[in-house]
Amino acid sequence: MSKKERKIEYQIDSDFILRKKKSIKKELLKKDNLIEKNVAILGGSTTSEIKNILEIFLLDNGINPNFYESQYNKYYEDALFGNEELDKFNPDIVYIHTSNKNIVAFPELGSSEEEITTLLKNEVKRYKSIWSSLSRFNCAIIQNNFEYTVDRSLGNLDCYDIHGKTHFINQLNNEFSKGAREIKSLYINDINYLSSYIGLKNWFDRSLWYQAKYALSMGSIPELAFNISKIIGAIFGRTKKCLVLDLDNTCWGGVIGDDGLDGIYIGIETAIAESFTSFQKYAKELKQRGITLAVCSKNDFKNAREGFEHPDSVLKFDDFTSFKANWDPKYENIVDIAKEINIGTDALVFIDDNPAERDIVSSQVPSVVVPNVGNDVIHFIDHIDRNGYFEPTSLLADDINRNEYYEGNKKRSEDESTFKSYDEFLVSLSMIAEIKSFSSMYLDRITQLINKTNQFNLTTKRYTAGEIERMSSSNEYIKIYGKLTDKYGDNGLIAATIGRIEDNQCHIDLWLMSCRVLKRDMEFAMLDELVRQCKEKDISEIVGYFYKTAKNNIVSDLYDKFGFRLRSKDNEDTIWNLNISHYTNENKFIRVQSD
Amino acid sequence: MTRSDVFRGVQDIYDEDNLDIRDSNNSDVIEDWDSLDRINLVSAVEREFQIKFALDELATFQNYGSLIDLIIEKLK
Repeated sequence: MSKKERKIEYQIDSDFILRKKKSIKKELLKKDNLIEKNVAILGGSTTSEIKNILEIFLLDNGINPNFYESQYNKYYEDALFGNEELDKFNPDIVYIHTSNKNIVAFPELGSSEEEITTLLKNEVKRYKSIWSSLSRFNCAIIQNNFEYTVDRSLGNLDCYDIHGKTHFINQLNNEFSKGAREIKSLYINDINYLSSYIGLKNWFDRSLWYQAKYALSMGSIPELAFNISKIIGAIFGRTKKCLVLDLDNTCWGGVIGDDGLDGIYIGIETAIAESFTSFQKYAKELKQRGITLAVCSKNDFKNAREGFEHPDSVLKFDDFTSFKANWDPKYENIVDIAKEINIGTDALVFIDDNPAERDIVSSQVPSVVVPNVGNDVIHFIDHIDRNGYFEPTSLLADDINRNEYYEGNKKRSEDESTFKSYDEFLVSLSMIAEIKSFSSMYLDRITQLINKTNQFNLTTKRYTAGEIERMSSSNEYIKIYGKLTDKYGDNGLIAATIGRIEDNQCHIDLWLMSCRVLKRDMEFAMLDELVRQCKEKDISEIVGYFYKTAKNNIVSDLYDKFGFRLRSKDNEDTIWNLNISHYTNENKFIRVQSD
Repeated sequence: MTRSDVFRGVQDIYDEDNLDIRDSNNSDVIEDWDSLDRINLVSAVEREFQIKFALDELATFQNYGSLIDLIIEKLK
């Protein structure tokens, strides 16, 4: 399906998707590199069409789902007591599709405050028991919160009197949010927002409820499925990392080269200026939560840079980690941007008001996401926001600081050139690493790193938060993380290794590192610690695995560098081993603090 | 809209995989047509023709012929 015909992203064409689901699916199944995942749908109402449409959105996201679907309204029974089929299915994701139709009892007008509090507690307790029972699968749980009821016999009072349904639903949703903050593997599918966005009167279809027990209208199912697919995509590391912006008529109104700094539209003086300011503010918000910004513009560098010196410009030159303003083709600049930031081109989203530039970039570098934003800045935010390119699963301090690391990286590469040797440069960095066993404080970051690292990753094995938690308290695994600080700042937690112990061998199921600390010898420091822990456990041999993917070529010879011996080879996948009885530490440049 | 226009509209709703529908007025209930297939068809028809069926109207139709009758009635 060409980009122009795409109807399965904002603004999605529900009729088209519902009608053509079979041919869309057939087309999407042709994609390469689909990953298989088991998705269990536990419904409190009919889910048949939700499953069909969710499949399309997941396929579009590179995920080929196998489904388990509970019997009608058996979400509670399945979650709590399971059944043979579900247990065998072993889900990666459980999606609980409940709605206000599943609320057991709303407050009655005669209820006392105490009785209503009890009702609320009982309702919440039911879901808490669902969530805790499901932890047996070590999977991610996606839970709908509640949409408002269309009718509210108390009128506006419904939202603030304790007997109101709206009031009750608001309280329930608050409790769900609390639950999701406490339970790492629980994600809320915010249908309260979604139904408001679509409009409650479009969201719910009485006739369809009476006839077929669908708790939402047919036309809303694609929106629901799209929203779920964004969460699942984020869980499996499909989130984009960098927003690349054109300048003229994208970041400001007008052409800086022609109109000059005084002539461009930015600020709040005119409606046009304000629309560009809003867009800059949105980009700035993304930056503040860890999304990297870059510029790709046909302009003289000096002019381009000057635009951000405008006193009303929200974005400043320093907000951009990579800044390409020249007359080279944009697709070349985009490839350079990805290299400079050290991420794949498929982690980029490119926004440009010019359709010709969009076409060239998306045809030359198809992996870059280039939404069809039109030429009016008013719509740009919707295209970024509604498509969920940057959907986060949680906010981590590391994300918020990440841009600083990248900026620090720029400084580091400037320094490199003034040293006589690379070793000398490494010494000058005064690196200090903390390499320790997984601890609960870092489980979020470790899970995130595991699920999004593609390049420096030997096995590209993904784990859910639940699995990580289980391994971190198990004696059958050596599981270490690495944090690295240098004179420019804290790089955060950037490496993880998991070794499975069997007899007196340690099998490296997982070895990965963030590319922001490439060529710093951090991998040697990690190996030293792994060997040390192996020796403590009387292990004599380490077995390493390299599974080739489209992206991890960079580590194909890592075990060779480590001094492992090649044991076997299957196409490009390799297995290595290392006898550690005479191992001597390899890291020379990093001071290490371990357990 | 003529009867054949409406019929073509209904046909168009279907993905190429299942095109085997006939504009029959006989009273045979369409086989292996489960309630969810039926509801998918009805809701696609409603969106295609911008009409809304009442619950009692939906209770009456058993085959494509009677559905098309209903649509024509609604479009009047």
